[in-house]
Amino acid sequence: MSHDKKQKMLCKRIIPCLDIKDGRTVKGTNFVNLRDAGDPVELGALYAQQGADELVFLDITATVEKRKTLRELVNRIAHHINIPFTVGGGISSVADVSALLQNGADKISVNTAAFKNPQLIQDLSKEFGSQCVVLAIDTRQEEDGEWYVYLNGGRTKTDARCFDWAKQGVDLGAGEILLTSMNHDGTKQGFALDITRELATQLPVPVIASGGGGTMQHFVDVFEQAQADAALAASIFHFKEIAIPELKGYLQGKQINIRPV
Amino acid sequence: MDLVIIKYNAGNIQSVLYALERIGVSAVVTDDYEQIQSAGKVIFPGVGEASSAMRYLKEHKLDTVIKNLQQPVLGICLGMQLMCAYSEENDTTCLGIFDEQVKLFKPGTNGAAGRVKVPQIGWNSIFNLKTKLFNGLPENSYCYFVHGYYAALGEHTIATADYIQPYSAALHKHNFYGAQFHPEKSAKAGEQILKNFLSL
Repeated sequence: MSHDKKQKMLCKRIIPCLDIKDGRTVKGTNFVNLRDAGDPVELGALYAQQGADELVFLDITATVEKRKTLRELVNRIAHHINIPFTVGGGISSVADVSALLQNGADKISVNTAAFKNPQLIQDLSKEFGSQCVVLAIDTRQEEDGEWYVYLNGGRTKTDARCFDWAKQGVDLGAGEILLTSMNHDGTKQGFALDITRELATQLPVPVIASGGGGTMQHFVDVFEQAQADAALAASIFHFKEIAIPELKGYLQGKQINIRPV
Repeated sequence: MDLVIIKYNAGNIQSVLYALERIGVSAVVTDDYEQIQSAGKVIFPGVGEASSAMRYLKEHKLDTVIKNLQQPVLGICLGMQLMCAYSEENDTTCLGIFDEQVKLFKPGTNGAAGRVKVPQIGWNSIFNLKTKLFNGLPENSYCYFVHGYYAALGEHTIATADYIQPYSAALHKHNFYGAQFHPEKSAKAGEQILKNFLSL
């Protein structure tokens, strides 16, 4: 049998993101106006069956009291999902991560806590390996043209530039970057190609593009033009605007290397 | 049939346990060498770092136990690498069940596809499939990989993957099998491989 070179390359990944609030999947536009979109475990299992390559669960209301609830949810997800999944939201210590991994999470994502205490990234990567540590960055392009890091679910601006923080995070041991453009998130006008390309081509780790995917062509653009390693989206999948098998068929037609459904 | 998962200081043991549950099989997670020796089949999982894992195995005398197992054994990811002769990861002498050497991927470029990143994270295809471990799996099936080190191709290679260069996606010698990818996270293909191992 002859093997097409294209078949032997690492695939671009399609990653549905499930934002969790009080145990339900929600999705907002530009980080506000949350709408209910169903049971996260059922949705996750459905996406896995439809050919999603990975799942991300973000607990957007994570507080100290809710940690236990999140662990239980992660445990339930792990029992039902046969593909890798990442958990994020309010993670700020090695103990938090240890509890989530023991309940079956494959990777964890850190955001605000890592920015406030970059040592956390180093501690986590030493303890659990870089492959397990995803650095999530929410970024917004300001009028000066620069992309700045935002914290606390997009509510707090910092003076840090997105690229600088991403690079520092990778140097500290982050194994992947989950990059969300707040300018694009929820707009369905396409991913932020420039900043995604800057990170994806200059950092030695995979970059997951997030925010703005609205059409199947947007995914082609973010893979081809921005060289993203993976693309993440939420509402277009939750509200059945684009089905994963349909998206993967389209990408295959555009010669993008993906795992067929 | 008693299925045992070897417990040591490496992650993802729960994932393996849950994957087995999904295909209707229960397993015992243990570091007790008598239980491991008397099991019908043994899974040796692992996500972690080679030298500290080897140190732990030696301290618990599991290195000798694993090498001398007679029943079917499946090493996964780091588990497979530890079954090789040597790993470049912190200059580690491993169990030596397979002669293959474990090396660090050298980041390279792949033309228009851009730079190739290390570790490899994601789905890649496996081909040149041999042995019953891959019964029912078509050539170029996709599996989930997360690794920065790889076992070179050798006489024990029973599946190949290509990342920067072709390397061993799976190994086999006598009763020992190893998979560099994670069958427990590889959707239907992975479930088939686990079922195949259980019916060896």
